[in-house]
Amino acid sequence: MTEDHKKDKDIDELSGVETTGHSWDGLQELNNPLPRWWVWVWIATIVWSVWYFVVYPAWPVPGGATEGTSGYTQFKELAESQQEIRDRQAAYLERFENASFEEIMNDEELYAFAMAGGKSAFKDNCATCHGTGAEGGMGYPNLNDDDWLWGGKLSDIYHTLRYGIRADNLDTRLSQMPAFGQDKLLDKQQINMVVDYVLSLSGHTDDAHHGGEYDPAEYLKAGAQIFQQQCASCHGPDAKGLHEFGAPNLTDAIWLFGGDRDTVFQTVYYSRAGMMPAWEGRLGDDTIRQLAVYIHELGGGAPDAAILPDEGLRNPAPLKSPEYEKTEDLDNDGEVLSVEPEVPLAEDAQNDMGVHE
Amino acid sequence: MSSSALNEKYNYDVVRLFTLATVFWGIVGFLAGIFIAAQMVFPDLNIEPYLSFGRLRPVHTSAVIFAFGGNALFATSYFIVQRTCGVRLWSDKLAMFTFWGYQFFIVLAALGYVLGVTQSKEYAEPEWYADLWLTIVWVAYLVVYLMTCIKRKESHLYVANWFYLSFIITVAVLHLGNNISIPVSLTDAKSYSAFAGVQSAMIQWWYGHNAVGFFLTAGFLGMMYYFIPKQANRPVYSYRLSIVHFWSLIFIYIWAGPHHLHYTSLPDWAQTLGMTFSIMLWMPSWGGMINGVMTLSGAWHKLREDPIIQFMIIALAFYGMSTFEGPLMSIRAVNSLSHYTDWTIGHVHSGALGWVGFISFGALYYMVPHLWGRDKMYSTKLISIHLWVATLGIVCYITAMWVSGIMQGLMWRSYNDMGFLEYSFVETVMAMKPFYAIRVLGGVLYLAGALVMVYNIYKTIRGDVNQKEQNLQAQGAAA
Repeated sequence: MTEDHKKDKDIDELSGVETTGHSWDGLQELNNPLPRWWVWVWIATIVWSVWYFVVYPAWPVPGGATEGTSGYTQFKELAESQQEIRDRQAAYLERFENASFEEIMNDEELYAFAMAGGKSAFKDNCATCHGTGAEGGMGYPNLNDDDWLWGGKLSDIYHTLRYGIRADNLDTRLSQMPAFGQDKLLDKQQINMVVDYVLSLSGHTDDAHHGGEYDPAEYLKAGAQIFQQQCASCHGPDAKGLHEFGAPNLTDAIWLFGGDRDTVFQTVYYSRAGMMPAWEGRLGDDTIRQLAVYIHELGGGAPDAAILPDEGLRNPAPLKSPEYEKTEDLDNDGEVLSVEPEVPLAEDAQNDMGVHE
Repeated sequence: MSSSALNEKYNYDVVRLFTLATVFWGIVGFLAGIFIAAQMVFPDLNIEPYLSFGRLRPVHTSAVIFAFGGNALFATSYFIVQRTCGVRLWSDKLAMFTFWGYQFFIVLAALGYVLGVTQSKEYAEPEWYADLWLTIVWVAYLVVYLMTCIKRKESHLYVANWFYLSFIITVAVLHLGNNISIPVSLTDAKSYSAFAGVQSAMIQWWYGHNAVGFFLTAGFLGMMYYFIPKQANRPVYSYRLSIVHFWSLIFIYIWAGPHHLHYTSLPDWAQTLGMTFSIMLWMPSWGGMINGVMTLSGAWHKLREDPIIQFMIIALAFYGMSTFEGPLMSIRAVNSLSHYTDWTIGHVHSGALGWVGFISFGALYYMVPHLWGRDKMYSTKLISIHLWVATLGIVCYITAMWVSGIMQGLMWRSYNDMGFLEYSFVETVMAMKPFYAIRVLGGVLYLAGALVMVYNIYKTIRGDVNQKEQNLQAQGAAA
């Protein structure tokens, strides 16, 4: 404040506080001091910040930055929080890694671990195509039923998961249905005949193509003949499909791309070749095995043989027992339940055992 | 005084135009916001390619920040600088150029967004050609404003002008810094940024955070420093506080950008500085709130009676809340939960809808009668309705985003006892859906309030007199 300004000083009547003496467009300013609490809180934040500078990496200096007394880095923090997760898994992981599918299916703890891991991995990796409930969609199989393209045994599912279907992988599952129409293997009438036949296998004759022109029985008979010549090698003479070719069962009412006449015609004319990525290299083997168990247990898993991880797949071990019992029955089996877990179970983990009750 | 007489002393023509543009772009921006919010609930509303979320989101943000907020800043700054300096704008022609030039920039930018032209920097999406044009307009703005200040008749520069000047200058620096890029060719809209990788990220958030700090905070504090004392008819609470908080605010704000990049490839030390300066920014930010609210000392009864004061004080309450929440969210541990969630969106909107929106509405309600030579707004009751409908809208919006954001953050980090992720991403999206619907409702309420304002302003400009309110007032006076 200069002397000049002091002369102009006014007192605001309402508050009794002096103003700075200026007036702009009728606006004045009171000369109130800074609120004490405001100053003190501000100082506190500054003191706290200075403390933080000391403890944490803070100021750039030649050749880097001050490191801080705590030794903090965000990489360490990441490693610590990841370690916390790993520790939780570690209680099961070693046993899981060394267990065969049969051992996993017969060990409550490992089974619950596999189911938990599979569920988590499924939602993040598989649900995009197969749906959160694994219900599938057009071109993406429903995984809850027992209708399998490439087989529903644990070892089949594991193979499919690991190497994919028509994926960029040497061991991928591969088959190719011919494009019967496009490649002129069959003419349109022949395709119509075989489509009618295929649809009749699942009792679906409403929109048959033959109309009034042909004798329906003759038409179907011609279709059946074409089927035996062209289709049966993969789909089987009984049309119930063959897992080794990924050829679907055509006698049920389950359709991957749609069971209406036009869609089936399209399928025969242009063929279909769904694709699933190979998860090898994208997910660890443990996760793939957890997924195999989870998908197997969604409802449609076929009985499997004992399989060792990895080696087991390349050189399938001889079956120790032809079939393990379905897990639903395991709970009633006192022997299985009495197996002592090698690692003490956390209380909640035991509750999770309820999964397969 | 008739409006032509008013226009002789001060240039009100350009202020009127900016005022109308503020209202127009406000409605456009709110509509765009509601539409993209609805897209989150009903994805089918994504009409490819022009009206997809990715293209409309910058239309919304630019429309509310730069078109609505920017025009409000132009209007109020030209109004205030003339009245507090006691002189007419330095150049009517240049001022008019800033109006049409700025509107042209807005249209140019928005057309680019819809057509898919973007340099992919948040809040700095316009490509090089629009950036260059804005630079010309902004320099003209600075010249008009600065020259008017220099030519002033008052010996001192009123506090509101400090804030406006810091806003104009810093936004110029930010705009030039963040948009350094090399166009593919002079006939191609595409350009490549001069920065890459983490440097690009750091420059971007130095820009982005200070766009909040200087565009949406300093500029609107300038508004607050004029219209609150005017409407309350009281002196500003503390000159000293205004000096200390002004300088500390602009000095500290400029450092806080790195808190947008916690747990990224930005070095730890830079994250620390961003965080600590955000904490130290808390009180300097609150200085403005204290000075605004305490200006009502001795006139608290106006808070009961005058909906325009209510707008301004609720604005300051949201300002205070957002400027506390901001430092809180900058703390590493909190940020690890809040970052990338809806909590951030809620935080931004408590500032944008509550602070920026409400202080602008208050300023509009003050300015419109002055600019068009009316005694007061057509209807005080409608101002009150606007206030409460819009407040309800904000409450819906931000509480929905708090709940959804914190839930989202907790779901993302949730592991079960066996060490597996509890939820997939899509499950978190499904859980958020109801809150997205509540957000749309909040936006619709906010727009409804603004439409009431449009009607009220239209009637005021037309010079209509609300007979019912006049009568009530007369009765009150007689009694």
